[in-house]
Amino acid sequence: MKIPVSLAVNGKPVSAEIEPRTLLVEFLRGPLQLTGTHVGCDTAQCGACTVLVDGKPMKSCNMLAIQAQGRSITTIEGLATDGALHPMQAAFRKHHGLQCGFCTPGMVMAAVGLAGQAKQPTEAQIREALDGNFCRCTGYHNIVKAVQEGLAEMTA
Amino acid sequence: MTDTTVREKATTAPPRATKPTGPIGARVERKEDARFLTGAGQYTDDVTLPHQTYACFVRSPHAHAKIRSVRTEAAKRSPGVLAVYTGADLPASVGGLPCGWLITGSDGKPMKEPKHPILAQGKARYVGDQVAIVIAETYDQAKEAAQLVEVDYEPLPAVVDVRDATRKGAPAVHDEAPDNVCYVWGLGDKAAVDAAFASAAHVTTLEFVNNRLIPNAIEPRACNAAYSRADDSYTLYVANQNPHVERLLMTAFVLGLPEHKVRVIAPDVGGGFGSKIYLYAEETVCVWASRLVGRPIKWTAERSESFLSDAHGRDHVTKAELALDKDGKFLALRVKTSAAMGAYLSTFASCIPTILYATLLAGQYTTPAIHCEVTAVFTNTAPVDAYRGAGRPEATYVVERLVATAAREMSLAQDEIRRRNFIRKFPYATPVALTYDTGDYEACLDGAMKLADVAGFPKRREEAAKRGKLRGLGYSSYIEACGLAPSNVAGSLGARAGLFEAGEVRVHPTGKVTVFTGSHSHGQGHETTFAQVVADRLGIAVDDVDVVHGDTGRIPFGMGTYGSRSIAVGGTAIMKAVDKVVAKGRKIAAHLMEVSDADVEFKDGKFTVKGTDKNVPFAQVALTAYVPHNYPLDKLEPGLDETAFYDPTNFTYPAGTHICEVEIDPETGETKIASFSACDDFGNVINPMIVEGQVHGGLAQGIGQALLEGCVYDKESGQLLTGSYMDYAMPRAADLPSFKVDTRVTPCTHNPLGVKGCGEAGAIGAPAAVINAICDAVGVKDVEMPATSERVWRAIRSAQKRS
Repeated sequence: MKIPVSLAVNGKPVSAEIEPRTLLVEFLRGPLQLTGTHVGCDTAQCGACTVLVDGKPMKSCNMLAIQAQGRSITTIEGLATDGALHPMQAAFRKHHGLQCGFCTPGMVMAAVGLAGQAKQPTEAQIREALDGNFCRCTGYHNIVKAVQEGLAEMTA
Repeated sequence: MTDTTVREKATTAPPRATKPTGPIGARVERKEDARFLTGAGQYTDDVTLPHQTYACFVRSPHAHAKIRSVRTEAAKRSPGVLAVYTGADLPASVGGLPCGWLITGSDGKPMKEPKHPILAQGKARYVGDQVAIVIAETYDQAKEAAQLVEVDYEPLPAVVDVRDATRKGAPAVHDEAPDNVCYVWGLGDKAAVDAAFASAAHVTTLEFVNNRLIPNAIEPRACNAAYSRADDSYTLYVANQNPHVERLLMTAFVLGLPEHKVRVIAPDVGGGFGSKIYLYAEETVCVWASRLVGRPIKWTAERSESFLSDAHGRDHVTKAELALDKDGKFLALRVKTSAAMGAYLSTFASCIPTILYATLLAGQYTTPAIHCEVTAVFTNTAPVDAYRGAGRPEATYVVERLVATAAREMSLAQDEIRRRNFIRKFPYATPVALTYDTGDYEACLDGAMKLADVAGFPKRREEAAKRGKLRGLGYSSYIEACGLAPSNVAGSLGARAGLFEAGEVRVHPTGKVTVFTGSHSHGQGHETTFAQVVADRLGIAVDDVDVVHGDTGRIPFGMGTYGSRSIAVGGTAIMKAVDKVVAKGRKIAAHLMEVSDADVEFKDGKFTVKGTDKNVPFAQVALTAYVPHNYPLDKLEPGLDETAFYDPTNFTYPAGTHICEVEIDPETGETKIASFSACDDFGNVINPMIVEGQVHGGLAQGIGQALLEGCVYDKESGQLLTGSYMDYAMPRAADLPSFKVDTRVTPCTHNPLGVKGCGEAGAIGAPAAVINAICDAVGVKDVEMPATSERVWRAIRSAQKRS
């Protein structure tokens, strides 16, 4: 049995027939071929699949595609505008906040989602706020620096 | 071992110290980031091929069991299923997974090498051992059908702990090794060590476990294997650190396929840390089955499978003793280690606790006599192999825990005991088979002490005490042998492969350059660093150099990336190829300028007639090579595309000192890293930004080992108890501090870049620094890793009881 779903992904309307059990991340990576959103675990703990749902960071392995009915999804592919990196992407590059790049899309989306929560969070607050995202490469040092600058740029 | 000692060869021109004038030494932003930051990276699971099918493996739920029968009929009838294969379906021509390093025991006998079938045959030997593969139209269908495969197991007693495995009457993992011993191996002069201990003024003894770790690259292992009827060839996409090695081992030793008919592509790979070096069963089965199914087969590990089936790291049990004279000079070191191999020998398992461990036990010190005995033991667990540092963190932990403990026992300052024993003259031949080419250990110690503000520590400790907290400072002065490796030395020590590297520098007619390297980047930033090296040498823009890696179809050959070898070995191979490009370019330029070759020099991107300003730019020479209208065709081939293979003459020896400051809540045992300082000598640095990033990442894994991470198998059932991120404590952002890092430079003397490698240093140095800090804070001799709050709390209680 398949069910219809309609939502907006990176600003474009999308309609599809899906199996009810399809996870949002499976829908993004499969039919929509948006493979920038990654899967790093099976217990909703690594955060590599984080996307924005109506502007709020969500682990897309932790919700069904059908739960996104009528909502607006932003993935890493939809963050840059007109070929220019989003301030958070630019800050990650400038501060070497990524190495292998696998956790990066989720980390960047989680960081973007922090905007609006606290204006100029401290280092400790950023570390706490990134609680849902693993990085095995960077030791987080440069990620924290990048997020600090990215948030400042976003609110500037 | 003495005949295998690496002797320094006379070096050519001394490598320069870092002083960024060109791209080398500059903080160049990474070229690869553009795709990673926009979701345009292509990891193995992102590759979906026409007519794709999906695989799911049936894995043993038992740590040790006889497989009486496997019934696959129901699974085969399940919707969407295309094929189901078990160990019984493998033809006799399919071999077991090979081990790449033969260790010969102290008794002169070769190590035990039981067959490692790609699908279990007769017995399953650890929880997660692959028993069958189910291939279907979708992954969900394959997974559902996998549950219909009926395996009749007869559970057998299992043993998961190295100490238990060698006890009399322990269950045997393999019939070929009834005592579970793979080998007993020794290094060093036992008699000299015993004599030194007999006359020592002081002996420090420690017994500890180096905890088993699960690598946990965030990209799970994955593969996608396709067979082409058109030319009877195979293409394998695989998350792997060394695609040529993968291909060689798979074709020549397991599947018996012609090597040239298999193309292995390791595209973007999401971290490795050692765990993606090895040839695993899953991708081998998929390649084998892809011809039978006639369609591409994709398999991506679920994280639970990664926990169960990725090769794990460490897992040593060690007794170590240090003999000192009355002044704190080290006289001798005696080490006895049992090292877990797991249920089967993984690709490089056997050389980790031997060649990459015992040889590093001299550390940074002049200890004149060292002996190490290693017993490698089979257990009913996932295989154990290299994990970031691989043997060298274990060696550093032995040496630096002993040194710190000895200093406390003899009331010597931590820096003082090190200064009294540092090696100061180079080259230095250690008593454990290595010759260090260069170093300045005191410079790094001083640098780290400055970063850590050691002078201000008493005040901070006092201030913490007022708040009811315990503060401690821990040192770790590590050394590593990197840049693996001189092939002849490795060969004499049992390596079954060479350890050189290959590089090709293809200059295009417009003067743009594509570099093909046998190194593989899975986070290290080679696309930038290697481009910096080439751009610097050729005097062109970094953006005019692209680096291609990870594809046996495009790259001449490669031994891949591990052991912090990429820049030292892979980078040097590229340099050698660049040298050939420049040498040929000089001839072309000489022809164009109508002078002799000897009169032409290459500098700043121009071929210039010596002593004049007459020159032709690099791009013009490139164009001439491809449009050879005015060209010495009688003497020189057209084109400008050069390949070089480079085999190093020695290991490189990065070294440094790490200082950790902890603050502990005595009520709860909660340990916080108050600060962590690392001063490292990696030789010349190509890109400081990338090097710092490598150090940060290594430190996080080292601190993770010391405080958080520990793989636990249940002793009775052999079940993996830490099989998910809910049970295995990976460091999160809030678990770690910001790091203070700095470098000192003694250029490596035997490669043209003067580089040593930086990828593993953090993971090597950090664990001992953290545990030494905790012991300092609490006033105990040892705390077992990971030093969880409970363990620290217990240590505090035991210290209070004693006093």
